[in-house]
Amino acid sequence: MSTGLAAVTRGFRGFARYLGGVLGADAYTKYLEHHQASGHNTPPLSEREFWRDRTDRQDSNPQGRCC
Amino acid sequence: MAGTPDHRRSATRGEGAVATDTSLPPSAIDETVREAEEKKWTPGKVALWAAIALLGGVAWFMLAIIRGETVNAIWFVFASVCTYLIGYRFYSKVIERYITRPDDRRATPAEYKADGKDYVRTDRNVLFGHHFAAIAGAGPLVGPVLAAQMGYLPGTIWIIIGVVLAGAVQDYLVMFFSMRRGGRSLGQMAREELGVIGGTAALVATLLIMVIIVAILALVVVNALAESPWGVFSVGMTIPIALFMGVYLRFLRPGKVMEVSLIGFVLLMAAIIGGGMVAQTQWGVDIFTLDRVTIAWGLIVYGFIAAILPVWLLLAPRDYLSTFMKIGVIVMLALAIIVVRPEITVPAFSEFASRENGPVFPGALFPFLFVTIACGALSGFHALISSGTTPKLVEKERQTRFIGYGGMLMESFVAIMALLAAISIDRGLYFAMNSPAALTGGTVETAATWVNSLGLSGVNLSPNLLSETAANVGEESIVSRTGGAPTLAVGLAHIMQQFIGGTAMMAFWYHFAIMFEALFILTAVDAGTRVARFMLQDSIGNFVPKFKEASWRPGAWLCTAVMVGAWGAVLLMGVTDPLGGINTLFPLFGIANQLLAAIALAVCLAIVAKQGTFKYLWIVALPLAFAAVVTITASYQKIFSPTPAVGYFANNAAFSKALADGKTEFGTAKSVAAMEAVVRNTAIQGWLSVIFVVLSIIVIATALLATVNAFRSRAHGTAVKDNEDPARPSRVFAPAGLIPTPAERELMAEWDKVPAELRFERAGHH
Repeated sequence: MSTGLAAVTRGFRGFARYLGGVLGADAYTKYLEHHQASGHNTPPLSEREFWRDRTDRQDSNPQGRCC
Repeated sequence: MAGTPDHRRSATRGEGAVATDTSLPPSAIDETVREAEEKKWTPGKVALWAAIALLGGVAWFMLAIIRGETVNAIWFVFASVCTYLIGYRFYSKVIERYITRPDDRRATPAEYKADGKDYVRTDRNVLFGHHFAAIAGAGPLVGPVLAAQMGYLPGTIWIIIGVVLAGAVQDYLVMFFSMRRGGRSLGQMAREELGVIGGTAALVATLLIMVIIVAILALVVVNALAESPWGVFSVGMTIPIALFMGVYLRFLRPGKVMEVSLIGFVLLMAAIIGGGMVAQTQWGVDIFTLDRVTIAWGLIVYGFIAAILPVWLLLAPRDYLSTFMKIGVIVMLALAIIVVRPEITVPAFSEFASRENGPVFPGALFPFLFVTIACGALSGFHALISSGTTPKLVEKERQTRFIGYGGMLMESFVAIMALLAAISIDRGLYFAMNSPAALTGGTVETAATWVNSLGLSGVNLSPNLLSETAANVGEESIVSRTGGAPTLAVGLAHIMQQFIGGTAMMAFWYHFAIMFEALFILTAVDAGTRVARFMLQDSIGNFVPKFKEASWRPGAWLCTAVMVGAWGAVLLMGVTDPLGGINTLFPLFGIANQLLAAIALAVCLAIVAKQGTFKYLWIVALPLAFAAVVTITASYQKIFSPTPAVGYFANNAAFSKALADGKTEFGTAKSVAAMEAVVRNTAIQGWLSVIFVVLSIIVIATALLATVNAFRSRAHGTAVKDNEDPARPSRVFAPAGLIPTPAERELMAEWDKVPAELRFERAGHH
């Protein structure tokens, strides 16, 4: 019973993570990973700064959405 | 769109010349191992594919040959899914093997241009969802509904076969070629491959096509919301909800995208339920019952404001909502169809399949069915998404087949489900909803009389059914609710109420469907206006450099106003058209969309020819020829047909003559003003058709010229310059498809053993 419940929880978590990925919710985590991996000397943007920068860049670089 | 062209040439270019790091495991599966794995047909594998082929064959047999009194919806699901699987497994493999020839040893732009922002390696399954959400919108939900006029079979065949041989091929090729060029846009690729004339024609055509597409999508929303206080309230509420989400993400809890999407979703449901309550009050009806012209103006004003507001405030949060809804709705609809399995009573070919005076859209099956269903079978607009955005996120070259080809198959399946929803409702109801008010007369009695007078087999519509259905879905009337969205909503409500909630829930499901369609369309209108505005700014910037500065407000506002003015004018034309806007304008939408597809395929043709792949050029030439023949024939008929219902100029002449003769009403136009409107509208529509087709012919001609030149150069042994970015070695590995193969699993295990700091270290990065 509890293993079944655990499997359901795991499945739900996986789905939520997937949906988050599709929406782009993990963008900051990925940015941090990139920042760390590429060995920049400057500190990374804070979460707030990152999201501001992200949407502000879209102002001058719109992404198409289809019909 | 961005993507810095990189013209540097490298001596180490070409296949097999990429030096990979020997301290790391290989970044690609060994070619011979992969070949062997693919060619090895175990008994299990043979049995599986035989079963898929058999099931698909039986399903097609049930749909196309047996065509009993009724046919179960599940056969559509089997026929489509089995055909997609076979197309994906076999046809896209042929394209991969002979045309794209991906090389996983080469780094993708997401790897060699990695910046943690625009260029980010993304898990293939996540990117599949992301790409799908970007390409699929209201288009595949609307076209198939209108095409149901001809019966279920023509639309079904075109959606399924069209996607396998044309639509998915275009998406895959454009995505792959853009990826090899650092994520360049279709416009940039057209300029590079076709030269100045072809490139400029492609740019102008794209701009005009975007105007038409945005205008007609907006028309669908207007038609769905007109005289519907419930719809106006709940769709209107999406604006404050999105604004709240925008502020929440910017100032309260930045980055909590999932959280805010869930909050937004709950508020959205509350808005739908609240809309039902508001629509029952007198004040609610007084405030929110708006006519079509008022809604159109509202949409135009909204479109302008939305396009100049910062992205974070409205566009980004609504995009989250829209994506969230898209995935939810599609999963739900698929489940409902599989569980409910409605019986379809619509004939395979209707009476209108062999005529050209159908009330929903005029014209003969060929070519007009093929332009009415654009999205879902072959959609040129996808080329704008498949180039630019997605290629910057692809992790490995081989994954483009899964994401590009597979993503489009998924959209095709959405189109099949929309078709099913439309044909699961009563046929008389369908024609009463989708024919212009000029024909139905607008009341339940006149509509029922008119539909019954059409002489359709098995159709006996009672006024009662019309008023009862309207009451069930919480609308004043459903007569002449053209545009496809209301019909889809009724169909969906009809299926969903059998799944969850019964008749009592029908009104909720109807408005739920209207809500998500409006949400998709508003997002597309916003994004389309912005993209078009930037294209215009860029083009004017060639003459007045100041316009190239995106941050220069007067320029941005002026260009936004021009674009909104352009689509707004077409929208108003459609809304006030006495002939019923969808009826006259929707063919233009399909033609525009597929001319864009022809342009994209023409660019691909030139690229494939320059690669020297002449033997398999037919893979691109086939869909290109089909799209060119369909759209040019359709345009030709729209321009030159002597039948007023089909030809814009014939109609124009008929109405001009009537005016000259001093008539005060003619055909469906009941006043001189209406007659003058028809004369004006048909002239504009006619000339738009002329401009589209001329531009497209220029693009196709330059592409053919580039192809012939490439062939000649090859024959002379001169090298043809290609515009790919130089190959760089990849330092990562990821499987190509949904399920990793045994060899891929083995290699992944090897990579898992590599210490993390070695795996992510990137040479030469600043």
